[in-house]
Amino acid sequence: MIAIIDYGMGNLHSVYKAFLRIGAKAEITSSPTGIEKYDKIVLPGVGDFKRGMINLQSAGFVEAIKNRLLDNNVHLLGICLGMQLLTTFSEEGGMSGLNLIKARTLHFRSLGISPSLKVPHMGWNEITYKSDEYIFSGCRDKSYYFVHSYAVICDNSENVLCRTEYGTTFDSGIKSGNITGLQFHPEKSHKDGLKILKNFACI
Amino acid sequence: MFRPRIIPVLTLKGRGLVKTVRFGKGKARYIGDPINAVRLFNEFAAEELIILDITASIEKRCIDHELVKIIGEEAYMPFTVGGGISDISQIRSLLRAGAEKVVINTACFKVPELVAEASELFGRQSIVAAVDIKKDFFHRNWIYVSDGTKKIKTGVEEYIRSLEEMGAGELFINSIDRDGTMAGYDYELVKSISAWVSIPVIACGGAGNLGDLRKVTMEANASAAGAGSIFIFHGNRDGVLINYPEKHELSGIFEFSE
Repeated sequence: MIAIIDYGMGNLHSVYKAFLRIGAKAEITSSPTGIEKYDKIVLPGVGDFKRGMINLQSAGFVEAIKNRLLDNNVHLLGICLGMQLLTTFSEEGGMSGLNLIKARTLHFRSLGISPSLKVPHMGWNEITYKSDEYIFSGCRDKSYYFVHSYAVICDNSENVLCRTEYGTTFDSGIKSGNITGLQFHPEKSHKDGLKILKNFACI
Repeated sequence: MFRPRIIPVLTLKGRGLVKTVRFGKGKARYIGDPINAVRLFNEFAAEELIILDITASIEKRCIDHELVKIIGEEAYMPFTVGGGISDISQIRSLLRAGAEKVVINTACFKVPELVAEASELFGRQSIVAAVDIKKDFFHRNWIYVSDGTKKIKTGVEEYIRSLEEMGAGELFINSIDRDGTMAGYDYELVKSISAWVSIPVIACGGAGNLGDLRKVTMEANASAAGAGSIFIFHGNRDGVLINYPEKHELSGIFEFSE
């Protein structure tokens, strides 16, 4: 059973619908109580990093999620803001993240992209990854839907799942053990996006 | 490769889909049921949708929340809604109903604090500021609010720049003169506006063919090309036929040598 965490940062509806469409059993949960019954956790979210961390903390999710992930049979997927929250630190709000993956979240302008490139990075862009990445198996298209103003850079290359170019090269997917993060929105990326969610549901 | 978005723009009068020419609402042509259109765009894998209630503002109401909820249930792609939005609670309920983003037009002028407050609460990327522009006899550009009925005195550049400052995450620029004509976008206007802001600009009004979609993004620097008529009509406004380019056609539009 998949838990979609509701910590007040939106984006639940489309994620939930997408899992329903692929026939996966998913539930939206706004409380960490009973988190033990889920073997898959999805952390969605759009919006402000600081607000996201504060909401996660005050709802009691930080400890609950970290503890749940100690079980290697439990898997977590962070999407968009959800992926950024997995990192060590974000420039947005100058706040620490969950630090589950050693990486920094920085504004595109801090990454030195050309001023002629618009921020947020909004639209379809390509990802590049190693051919044996399980989460992308069966995906033919490499284009997915992005909408974000901050991008993640991993400290270590072994945590890089996939990369994308937008005035600079940033890590559009990150991984560590049973944790995966995707900067783009698989639930909004048509067939291949749904395939990614299906792959996650079937781990 | 980053590719600009191609977005069908659907205009509603209440719960029915209509299509106007130059914002002439009296002669708006009835197209059909918007939910049907959403389902068809699902089939065509349209990458985004914009749905606007074009008489909501002057009728002093907001786009129908129940309709948005149904669209939210049906749409596979991210969709943006607008029409008469004037306060935070309306925005909250529309986003909860499944809309990815909301479009604020007249309220940007009448209630400027709304954009700042909304982008703070819901994130910049959920707030699109829309501007409808018409030229006068001397070809000067003027902004119109209230569904294109009221001209405002603020200069276009000043107004556009203030929208970004207020926290809008995207701009939706509509040429009233080009609306429904399929005679091409107002490329000059789009290009100058795009140069004034660092946020994405969606151009709308005048698309007549795929070449126009390419020109407005690749040459006039719009981040996205919005279009109504070309995705609703067959040929030159003869018959209603909801359509959308196929994937290879889309990549074909943006292919260029590195």
